[in-house]
Amino acid sequence: MANELSETQRSLIGTKNKKGQTYTDPNALFFDAPRTTAFYTGSEVIKEAIRRASVDVMVAYPITPQSEAAALIGELYAEGYVADYMRGESEFAVMSQCAGAAFGGARVFTTTAGPGTMRAFENFPMWVGSRLPIEMIVTCRGINSPLSIQPDTLEIYFLLGTGMLVWHAETAQEFFDWILKGYIVAEQPDVHLPIAVCCDGFFVTHTKDTVLLTPSDLCLPPYDPYRSPVPCMDMEVPPVRMMRDPFVMKSNYISYMTHASWQEETRAACERSRKHTIPMLGGLIDDEGDDAEILLVASGTAVSQSREAIRLLEDEGIRVGLVKIKSLRPFPFHELREATKHAKYIFVPEFNVIGWLATELKAALPDNHRIIDGPHVAGGMTMPAEVIVETIQKTLGIGAMSLAGRGS
Amino acid sequence: MSKEKIQICPEFYDIMPPEYRDLVEQATFGKEDRGWKDIGQSKELIEEHSLCAGCPESMAFRYILASLPNPEDTVMVGSTGCTSLVFPHVAVHNIHSLFGNQNAVASGLKRALSVRFPGKVKDVVVLAGDGATVDIGLDMTLQSWFRQEKFTTICFDNELYANTGGQESGLMQKGFVAKMAPVGKQFEKVSLPEIARESGCCYVVHCTVSKPNLVEKVVRNAVLLAREVGPTYLQLYTPCILEIGKDSMEGLQEMRDAERPGERFRYKEYITDTAKQFLAGIDAQKKEKVAVLV
Repeated sequence: MANELSETQRSLIGTKNKKGQTYTDPNALFFDAPRTTAFYTGSEVIKEAIRRASVDVMVAYPITPQSEAAALIGELYAEGYVADYMRGESEFAVMSQCAGAAFGGARVFTTTAGPGTMRAFENFPMWVGSRLPIEMIVTCRGINSPLSIQPDTLEIYFLLGTGMLVWHAETAQEFFDWILKGYIVAEQPDVHLPIAVCCDGFFVTHTKDTVLLTPSDLCLPPYDPYRSPVPCMDMEVPPVRMMRDPFVMKSNYISYMTHASWQEETRAACERSRKHTIPMLGGLIDDEGDDAEILLVASGTAVSQSREAIRLLEDEGIRVGLVKIKSLRPFPFHELREATKHAKYIFVPEFNVIGWLATELKAALPDNHRIIDGPHVAGGMTMPAEVIVETIQKTLGIGAMSLAGRGS
Repeated sequence: MSKEKIQICPEFYDIMPPEYRDLVEQATFGKEDRGWKDIGQSKELIEEHSLCAGCPESMAFRYILASLPNPEDTVMVGSTGCTSLVFPHVAVHNIHSLFGNQNAVASGLKRALSVRFPGKVKDVVVLAGDGATVDIGLDMTLQSWFRQEKFTTICFDNELYANTGGQESGLMQKGFVAKMAPVGKQFEKVSLPEIARESGCCYVVHCTVSKPNLVEKVVRNAVLLAREVGPTYLQLYTPCILEIGKDSMEGLQEMRDAERPGERFRYKEYITDTAKQFLAGIDAQKKEKVAVLV
């Protein structure tokens, strides 16, 4: 069954926490609860999601563009919605503090961006191997030198190999919903993995958008650490001597096999998250007009720009379909093969210099000569819809662009 | 956690490993005067180890585990190194995650346990080598002290990177020739006890593990003080006999030589007035109890 609660969690549904919020069944909260409209920045939306997330520990550290969100969670702590909150000393330490809190059975939240993500990196495969269902918000920004604080999604590329669940939100609304849904999926006993919920920094964090919020007096049931597939480190379950010969030093088949099978298991757990994610997010992808010969495949705000490009191309009489990828890990392999089977041209607009999504698609889709890597923007550049239009028209040899003069 | 939680189903009793049966039958959980004298009868927390024969670290492990005032509610945090070869044999919950991040992990852990078990004592004890504590992890060691995180940090100081084969570390003596110090170490041994005092530790002890009763006393003090007063730090000399060219039987003598007056591991203690008062309070309570019994 998808997205189940434990007996302990079920027994709390309908009761109130110390802030007077009612612990609510997640499905009821996400799909049935009334929603009210708010006009918020992405950072404020993160705060509102965490207000409803029954988070035990949040560890914060300043780095643009997530600093505001991280500080706003501090306000929630001061108000009593988050049980503990601290500023770490660096992202490497922050992610280790998150690990310690998760090892101790807490629901843990943190946010990071760009160079912070990179500094913390040693922790992420460790979180996965230790099965810690920490939720980390990544508000992507440039990681290049010279110093840049501008939007750029290169850091997501590095996260893809860690074993974490990686979702890429397009809008503030998705961010609000996915922050809450992320905990429910990540904490399932057959998943129990950390999750990175990513968005494009500034475009989502620093712009205001209309968002539909669930009532602030309803919240998620708390985390139940005794559903973890590995023991919670709280000395409330019998301690065992794990092994006579630590695997780390042994050069033998048992040792290699243990490491190999655990890596396989954590990857399998990521794949198993599909059955929980699909009902939560309505699928790992959205496709809009997938029978078109020309497709745009994108994630994050590149989806919004693609949608605008499709409208412009429609004016020119060119029909283009759109596939939006919501979950990058697990990767929607079969969904994408199905959604792109009629396409002759697949364009992949991205906010990074290397085009990691195109690389992923080239490895997953048959006839990958169909995949046109781009357009790319990087280092904080915006991606005007016209750039996407131009790339498509140039590639297809479709005459001069009537749109070329727009805005000049 | 109480002993009730670790009972074995009668049907499975005969197939449980002997050390688990020991834990159930002999555990010193809840025993107020547990200490180094239990070593031998009570092997439920550690029996075997996978260190070199005669390694002083193995003695230190036994003394420390025998001296924890509250093993049934203690979680330990280790780091990469020789200690990470022993922790898998230790029957208190222990966390290994990365190299050098032990005090950051312990900070998060202690906070989580305080949130989840309000009003209940859950001790956190960090035990890591000198490379982890002073070199790669120094930032996180100090920051946890600045923040007054309430747990004990124990550093096994063997003055080098033992597990990787004897490289120079910050706690190595100046002039010592080692791997990565081909012409001898160029700078002085880092004075972490003094740095710990200045960084906010309420109790700092620097000694060897040659005397089990001393280790018992300082471990107990450090854990009890960390629980109530503030961060505490123990730096224990556990020489790497392999890398300094000693035999298995020579570890104890090496520690005795190093703790003589004027030598680099002479006993040092820094304690704040608040910590002193706290320990005096515990002593007074103990005396009262004895008086009542008499």
